Parts: sequence; C-alpha cells; structure tokens
Amino acid sequence: MRPAASLLLFTTLSGAGYGLLAVWALLGLAGVLPPEPLAGAVGLVPAILLIGGGLLASTFHLARPDRAWRAFSQWRTSWLSREAVAAVATFAPALVLAFGWLLGGRVPPLAAFLSAAGAGLTVLCTGQIYATLVPVPRWHQPLTTPVFLAMALASGATLAVLLTAALGSGTSAAGLTALVALPLAWGLKLLWWRSGDRAPPRATAAAAIGLAGETPARLVEPAHSAGSWLLEETGFRVARRHAARLRRLALSFGLGLPWPLLALGLLAGGRWTLLLALPAVLAKALALAIERWLFFAEARHMVGLWYGEAAV
Amino acid sequence: MTALPDPAPGRRLGLVIDLDTCVGCQACVVACKEWNGGGPAGPLGDLEPWGAAPSGAWLNRVHGFEVGEGEAGRTVYFPRSCLHCENALCVTVCPTGASYKRAEDGIVLVDESKCMGCGLCAWACPYGARELDRPSGVMKKCTLCVDRIGDERLPAAEREPACVATCPARARHFGDLADPDSAVSRLVAERGGVELLAELGYRPTNRYLPPRPGRRLAASAERLEDAPAEGGFLGWLDRLLGG
Repeated sequence: MRPAASLLLFTTLSGAGYGLLAVWALLGLAGVLPPEPLAGAVGLVPAILLIGGGLLASTFHLARPDRAWRAFSQWRTSWLSREAVAAVATFAPALVLAFGWLLGGRVPPLAAFLSAAGAGLTVLCTGQIYATLVPVPRWHQPLTTPVFLAMALASGATLAVLLTAALGSGTSAAGLTALVALPLAWGLKLLWWRSGDRAPPRATAAAAIGLAGETPARLVEPAHSAGSWLLEETGFRVARRHAARLRRLALSFGLGLPWPLLALGLLAGGRWTLLLALPAVLAKALALAIERWLFFAEARHMVGLWYGEAAV
Repeated sequence: MTALPDPAPGRRLGLVIDLDTCVGCQACVVACKEWNGGGPAGPLGDLEPWGAAPSGAWLNRVHGFEVGEGEAGRTVYFPRSCLHCENALCVTVCPTGASYKRAEDGIVLVDESKCMGCGLCAWACPYGARELDRPSGVMKKCTLCVDRIGDERLPAAEREPACVATCPARARHFGDLADPDSAVSRLVAERGGVELLAELGYRPTNRYLPPRPGRRLAASAERLEDAPAEGGFLGWLDRLLGG
C-alpha cells in the first residue's frame, strides 16, 4: 500500500498528540501535576497542536476535502466516520480541560477523564479502520489496533517526560509511564510483524480467477499497458532486505535508544532528565516515522493477484 | 446511508461471465468505458490520454492468464468488474454515505455528489472494483449500466449492460441471480458457476463459469498413413507427382 505523506503525518502526529493528551489529563486528574496554568499549558498546548496538525494533514488525503464534513454522518457502520466523530468530540472535553486548567487554575476532573477516554477512543477507531480491511492481510489481524493504541501511548508518554522535565514537576510518573509503554508498544509491534510474516497467504492468483483447483496461474497479458490510480494505491513494494533493515532501525530508535536515555535521565535527576529526554523524543519521532512508513509499504492488497502476484 | 439493506434485496442483479468463451478481445472494456463516459457514472477521466503513459478510470478490466503446466496449460481471460456483493464492505466503510447498495435489486452504487475521495472503499474491495476519477476526485465503479437496464424507452432486448450487449463471444450474461429460474441462475447451476474468493465472506452476486475441460488433439487424433506405393488411386497419384 502506498505510504501517503498525509496519512503518515496524520497517524503519527495525532497519535502522539492523543497519547500526550491522555497522559497529561490523567496526571492532572491524579494530582501529580499542579493545578497551575503553566502546568496545564506545557502539556495541553502541544497536545492540541499535534492533534490539530495531524487532523489537518489527514484532509490532504482527500480528493474532495470540501466534502470532508460529510464524514461525520456514517458512524453507524464506518470506522473512518467514527474516527472523525471521536476526533472532533474529544476537542470538547480537551478544551474545557485546557480552559479550566489554564484560565481557572483547576483541573476539571470530568473533562480530564473524558479527554483521556476520547483520546483512546479516537486512536482505537484509527486502528480499526485498518484492522477491518479484509483485502490487506497484514492489517487485518487482531493486534493492529492494540499496536496503534500502545504506540500512541508510548509516543505521548515520551513527550510527557520531556515536558514534565521542562516544567520540573510530575517527571517520575511520566517517566514510569514511558518506561512501561515503550517496551509494551514495541513488543506488540514485534509480535505484529511476526504474525504478519508468518501468516499463510489468504488467496492465490488461481483462486482470484475462480480456478482454485488449477494451480498455478500466471499473468501473461496485463489488463492495461500503463498505470492506474488503483495500482498506485495498492501496488507499492518495498524490498524485503530494505524492510528488514528499516525494522531494525525503527526498533533501535524507538526502544533501544530512548528507553536507556529516559531511564538514565530519571535516575540522574535534575537537569539530566531534560537533557536526555530531548534526544529520546527525537529518536522516538524518527522511529515512529519509519514504523508508520513500513506499516503501509509492507502491506499488500489482494488486487495484486490480478497484476502478477502469485499469492497475497 | 452506508448500512446494507435489511432485509437483503429480493432481487440480485448481476453478471455471469463465461471464462470458457471469453477470448480477451477487450470489447466489453471499451464498450463500458464508452457508455459510462456519460450518464450517471460519467465522466471517466483520463490522464495523458494521448501521452506515453495514459491512465484513467475504467470500470471493467480484462486480464490474460496462463493456467496449468505443460500440455495441460491453457489461456484464461479474466474480465474483472464490480461483483455487487451482498456483504459489500466498500459500502459499510464509506464515511460520507456516498456508497450504497440499492434495496430493490442489490446494485452497489456511488452517489458522486457525496463522495469526498478518501479512497477507503477501494481499499476495502478485494476485487479491485473501484477506481478514483482523478479529474473530478470521486470514486467510480460499475453501475451495471443502471441507465440502460432501467430505461423503458429502449427495446426490452437492449436493456442490458453495455458490456453484455457488446460481447462478440456471448461470454457475458446479465440477470437476476436471486431467481433460481432465471436464465443466468440456470447457467450457473448447469456449468458450476463459481463465487469468486468465497472464503473472504463478501458474498459476491456475479458468478464466473469455469472453462470446460479441454479436448487434447495430440492424444486422440490418429496419424495420417503414407500413401501405398504399390497401387490404387493414391499410389497412381503418388507416382504421377514423382514421389
């Protein structure tokens, strides 16, 4: 599947934003962060900017963005519509929380709870969009949504370590969350990669032309001489050795580098937490970009069966 | 509304495509593009139509396959278009309500005035039946030529999709697959019509008729005998021709 820049930006930025919103809201709710305007602003402003930036990027994926408002209508059946509803609905408690914390100097408990819940629900919907797509076997597996949720939490928590360190309050709680969420996210991702690699093909080219018993079937006359929109969307390929190298890079930058940096920073305390959290955040951001690029690039769509793939 | 019709449509209009007689001439592909360049599905835009790499939206594509090995090998042409599935994931994933399945006959259609061009329906279709029209930014798909099959100004015999009407090999048939007595249903029963990738659970309406077992000339035909040199008409002819 084509790794469209709009979708990479949307899922990574919004994912991190929702993760940060959830972590910050819960830290505020638990009283770990003080109910002072500055403490609210340091976390909630970047979270809302990340979410908003991601949502804006998602509209660049649409061929007719002028009709994006219609996407709020089909929440009964469509995960994409549910995602749109949840994303916008989460702004309500998030803004109440931000105004209460920044202007009122208090953390409204219900708004904090609903912000975290809405953030989780939105990311869950994002995961479900992909997890329910039967024609893309690598996405259509039970771990897809948990990976999205855990990645959002891990990126949000990593950011929260940097921001709490800058604020000088709540660093231990944010740090512990990150130190748990990072291995969880990448552990799930490893399992997801493995189950995707090991899954037997769902369909063969012979079955795709209705002759499942008569294997093999080889494409000899392509249906068209040049490309098509559908092939551009679904026909993206990445060499296996490149994919393997990129997976190792993602894992190193996503877990191998940030986890010890964060742990060391938390142990050393003081200015060290902030100094070491900054490279950890940058490494995690790079890892997330690679991971999300691979999510699309490695996924194969069944349409390939009519275009020369022996099995998908 | 992107919910599927409940109860399921009483009629299931669709195509039955005969892989035995399809010769891969692409006439249905061109007839489809031409007919649906206008009407409810149109326009079907092209990029660089006269350039080196023309690409555009087509609702029907024919792929040429070689099936089997060695002497058992044969060529199979596979026409691919929307199968008008009963369990159409392309409809339920649509966030805007543009995609729908008609309650009266099960035809899957796109209301282009509502489509925002997100492309998710095309991802959700394992059969690759949907293509985005880039000039207008909306999704296109086979309509079973709703503007032909329902047009009462046309003679009854012409109320069939353009691809069916044009097929010179009579490899394409149109009808109600919910009616067990319809010509298409009888054809499916007779020839063992196949539900494509049934295990995916989309419950497609269209059926494909598998190729008939081939007749192998090499195995069954007798070799020609040499003309007897000693006599008879053929011997005389042989001598005359200087053999």
